[in-house]
Order: sequence, then structure tokens, then C-alpha cells
Amino acid sequence: MEPVIKTDNLTIRFGGQIAVDHVSCEIPEKHFKSIIGPNGAGKTTFFNLLSGELKPTEGEVYLKGERITHLSSIERARKGLGRSFQITNVFPNLTVLENVRLAIQSREKIYFQMLRYFTSYKHLIEEAEHILEQVLLIDKKDAIASQLTHGEKRKLEIAMLLALDSEILLLDEPTAGMSLEEVPIILDVIRNIKEKGEKTILLIEHKMDLILDLSDSIMVLFNGQLLADGTPEEIMRNELVESAYLGGMYNDDLAGNQ
Amino acid sequence: MGKINLKSVYFWLIVLVFVLFPFVIDSRPMTILLTQIFIFAILAMSYDILLGYTGIVSFGHAMFFGFGAYATSVMLKNIDSSLTVFFLSIIVGMVIAGIVSFLIGLLTLRLQSHFFAMFTLAVSGLFLVLAEKWRSLTQGNDGFTFRAPEIFSDRINFYLFVLFCLVLVFLLLRLFVNSPFGKVLIAVKENETRTKALGYKTIYYKVVSSVVAGVAASLAGSLYVVSLRFVNTSMMAIDVTLNALLMTIIGGVGTLVGPIVGAAIIELAKHNLSILAKTYPIFERWIIFFGIIYILAVIFFPKGVVGTLKEKWEGRKMVRQQAMKQKEDAA
Ligand SMILES: Nc1ncnc2c1ncn2[C@@H]1O[C@H](COP(=O)(O)OP(=O)(O)O)[C@@H](O)[C@H]1O
Ligand SMILES: [Mg+2]
Repeated sequence: MEPVIKTDNLTIRFGGQIAVDHVSCEIPEKHFKSIIGPNGAGKTTFFNLLSGELKPTEGEVYLKGERITHLSSIERARKGLGRSFQITNVFPNLTVLENVRLAIQSREKIYFQMLRYFTSYKHLIEEAEHILEQVLLIDKKDAIASQLTHGEKRKLEIAMLLALDSEILLLDEPTAGMSLEEVPIILDVIRNIKEKGEKTILLIEHKMDLILDLSDSIMVLFNGQLLADGTPEEIMRNELVESAYLGGMYNDDLAGNQ
Repeated sequence: MGKINLKSVYFWLIVLVFVLFPFVIDSRPMTILLTQIFIFAILAMSYDILLGYTGIVSFGHAMFFGFGAYATSVMLKNIDSSLTVFFLSIIVGMVIAGIVSFLIGLLTLRLQSHFFAMFTLAVSGLFLVLAEKWRSLTQGNDGFTFRAPEIFSDRINFYLFVLFCLVLVFLLLRLFVNSPFGKVLIAVKENETRTKALGYKTIYYKVVSSVVAGVAASLAGSLYVVSLRFVNTSMMAIDVTLNALLMTIIGGVGTLVGPIVGAAIIELAKHNLSILAKTYPIFERWIIFFGIIYILAVIFFPKGVVGTLKEKWEGRKMVRQQAMKQKEDAA
């Protein structure tokens, strides 16, 4: 079967530094793949290359067999690539509801309607409320986004992604900086999406133990290179991964989580 | 729903007060002053579509005002001073403004915002030079007088027409900024990268916003010259842009009522300062005072008069809601 996403020798240089180094991988449809690797490994940059925020210096990105390397982030979003951002990236002075409503409006392709009030599209508002219920943010729907706590902003980010209803979800450390109580809530939301079985999901996560049971496969990035790609069991057994990622400086991370 | 209706009741009440005003208070200077306020309110609202709603800074807004100003004066002088020509000239000005703003937008709105600001400054400078040099048509800085349509020789008629324009522009712009399209404009202002990631082609939104702003500014220019029955190149000068900027910022960016209030404050202040200037010449330099007001406003009222009031009001509402919730929780 044709992979939904395929990268071929995907590479980007910033000056002399190679942030993503000849990464080739394939992600089948409805697959859940996690990307792990230490800070600065190039995970976010890899996402930026997939979603079109950055253009590669070398290599190609394919979406369902179509080369999309030259397409802008807007065109890729419209083709079904939705992403969340590691650094919270919402509309700070709009309400929570309006943030989500804007995402739904885009999905519904209501782009150039200037002669009706936005409130006349009631179903958009209702759906936004429904999604906010899913991520347990409904009681904050009228709050201004900038006044949310960090964890709430992450939830909003995910709500916007759900609202877009993209076929492919790129989640960049959705639990980063969340309080301990909030992490399971977000993981549950992600698990629910997975269990519906409608989406292909790529998840960047720093803490491996969180995603072991969720993932169909895991790929490990290290210094921009694809170190390993396999099932969670294979990755756990992989000596290279152990020495590069699990060993050395990331010991404390692991100790904290086990 | 009840609240919205109440709002529109207030709105039409205020409109009614202004419709009746010249019949109750029979003062020619007051009527003229209010007419000017209405005209600048249209200009300031158009500027706020760019600045307050889309987050675009333009230093060339005067040129669109100028297009309307010259379209109307040249046509009224050279064709004839009928009402038909007047309406036609408004449309001509708007079309020119629309085309120019469209081209400028398409060329530069992809670039970073300060390029757009600089480019608009340059292009409006260019049109100003054109107006200076094309003396056969414009008579340059000396300008020319012309006859307004007969019906406007009664100041009250013109006042009512301008008021009608203001209300119409206000209602149309309000619909515009509250439409799904307008909501995306606000999103662009807030966070353009994010708007793109949601799949919106932000460049089109910015271009349309600059066209709408340009067209509305041109209408203000057409009305302004008829109120003076005179035109010269000062209508295209940077002062006009600065005025619009000042009115918008003082009144409150990101609202439509703000620029109207700002226009009233600035025009009233100018009017009173020019009376003072007769005794104290220092007040002739009113731009100095506005510089000071501007600085104070930015420091103490960064959201402008209307923005600050609105915030206070919403803050109170929030507190009330929270208090109510706490009561419920306690119960
Ligand atoms: N826009 C950029 N310009 C220059 N260097 C960048 C840029 N984006 C990322 N980098 C560099 O690329 C490397 C990988 O970063 P990143 O992809 O954010 O890592 P990760 O998400 O895995 O922690 C880092 O060394 C970072 O400094
Ligand atoms: Mg990262």
C-alpha cells in the first residue's frame, strides 16, 4: 500500500549545521508513529519540513505519492496535513472559542464570505464547543487565550488541530511543560483519536515511556540523522538507541519516569 | 439576543439625534464642524481596517483620500457641478483607489510589514509629486476652487448626506469585520503564521483589507473637497495619514466606534486650539500638542479611549460572572 507520507533523503542545513540529515522514512495510512530523540536532534525541524514551514536544502516530501516539497504550508494544510506547535502558537487576544471556530471555518472552506455575520454560522460555534468539551476546556471557552495556563494552551492547540479534522496530525510535544495531572488528560485525548482509527498520527515526544503503548512504530532522531525506526519493542532492544539516547546524559530523564 | 437589540436601539437613537441636530441647533459653524468630524470619521475607520483589524501599518493612506479629492474636484469643475457628476466622481475615485491599493497590496503585502509601510510612503510621495507637477489639471499647491452641486449650497443638506455616508460606511464595515472573512483578518493580525497553518491564504485577506480601506478613504476625500469647495495638494500630504493614524490610536484601534470618537476629539481640539491661537500664537503649532497627546495616549491609553472603556466594561462583566459562579458553587 502507498505510504501517506514519505520522505526521501530529507535534509536541511542552517549555515554549516545540518539539522536534518538525509532522513528517509515512510508512514503508512492510519499509522501512529512517534519520533523521539534528545533536545536539538532535529525533531521540530523535521516537522517543519513536513508541514512546509521550512523548505529542505535537499530531498523530497511525498504525500500519498504526490511530491509536495515545493508546496507552501497553506497548501499542505489544505491537503490534510495539520500540525500543532511545540511552542504554543494560538491567537493570543482571541477567546478560546474563537480560536477553535477559526479552525473549523477553514475546514468548512468558508474563506471569502464577507456579507454575513459570523454568528449566522451557528453550527461552527456549536462544533467548536463540542471539541472544547472533548479536551476538557469548555468552561474556559470565553477566556482570552493569552490568559490560559500553559497546560490549557496546549489543550487549545490540540482542540484547534481536531477542529481542522486533518487526515494527518503532526503533534509536537503536546505534553511539554504540562503539569503532572494534565499529562494523562492529553494522552487520553490522543488515545481517543487513535482509537477512532481515522487518522495518521506523528507524535514527537521527549519522554519515551509515555508513548510506548500508543505507538505502532517509533523512529529515533539523533543529530539530525535517523538512528533507528521500528516497533516499540525493537527500539527498546536496539543497542544503538540505548547508547546514544537512553545512555549518557538522558539517564536522569529515564530515571525520573520509570 | 435582547442585548444586541438594545445596542441597535442605542445606535439608531444616536443617529436620530444627529439627524435632528441641525434643525434644533441652528448654528452654521457647528454644522460645518460636525460635517468635518463625520468625514474624518470615515477616513479614520478606513485606516483602522488596516491598522486595527489586519495589523498592517500604512503610511500612504493620504493618497487614497487624495484620489477621491481630485476625482471629485476635477470632475465637478471640468464637466459640470451636477449631482450626477458628483456621484460619478465618487465612483471614479473609488475605482482608482481600489486599483492602486490592489496593486500595491499584491506587490508588497507578501513582504515583511515594514516594507509595506515604506512602500506605501514612497508611492504616496510619488502621487503627491504627480499632483504638484500636473498643474494643468490640479494647479499644484495653489489648488483651485469649484462649484458644489446646487443642492449642497444648503449646508444642512450636505450635512445630512455626509451623515448618511458615515452611517452606511459604518454599517458596511461592521458587517465586513464581523463576517467570517473579517474574523480571519483579525487572526492575521494576531498571528499570521498560525493563520496560514490553518489553511488560510493570508495574502488575499491582506490585499482585500487594503482595497476596502483605500476605497473608503477615497469616499472621505470626495466628501471633504465638497465641504471646502476647494482642492490642493495638501489633501495628499502625509499630514492626512498622520491625522488618520492619530484619530485611530486615540479613539481605539480594533474597534469601529473608536476612530469615530477619535475623529471627534481631534477635530474638536483643532477647532478650539485655532480659536485659542488667535490670542496665543503658540497654539498655531497644534501638531506639537497632538504629538504630546499621542505620546500620552500611547503610554496611558494604549487601547485608546473606546478600547479602554470597553476593557473596563468587559472586566466588570467578567467579575460579575465570576461572582455569580462562586455563588452557584457555594450553593
Ligand atoms: N530556523 C533555524 N535556524 C537555525 N538553526 C535552527 C533553526 N531551527 C532549528 N535550528 C537548529 O536545528 C537543530 C535542531 O532543532 P530542533 O529541530 O528544534 O530540535 P528538537 O525539536 O529535536 O529539539 C538545533 O540545533 C537548532 O538550533
Ligand atoms: Mg522540538
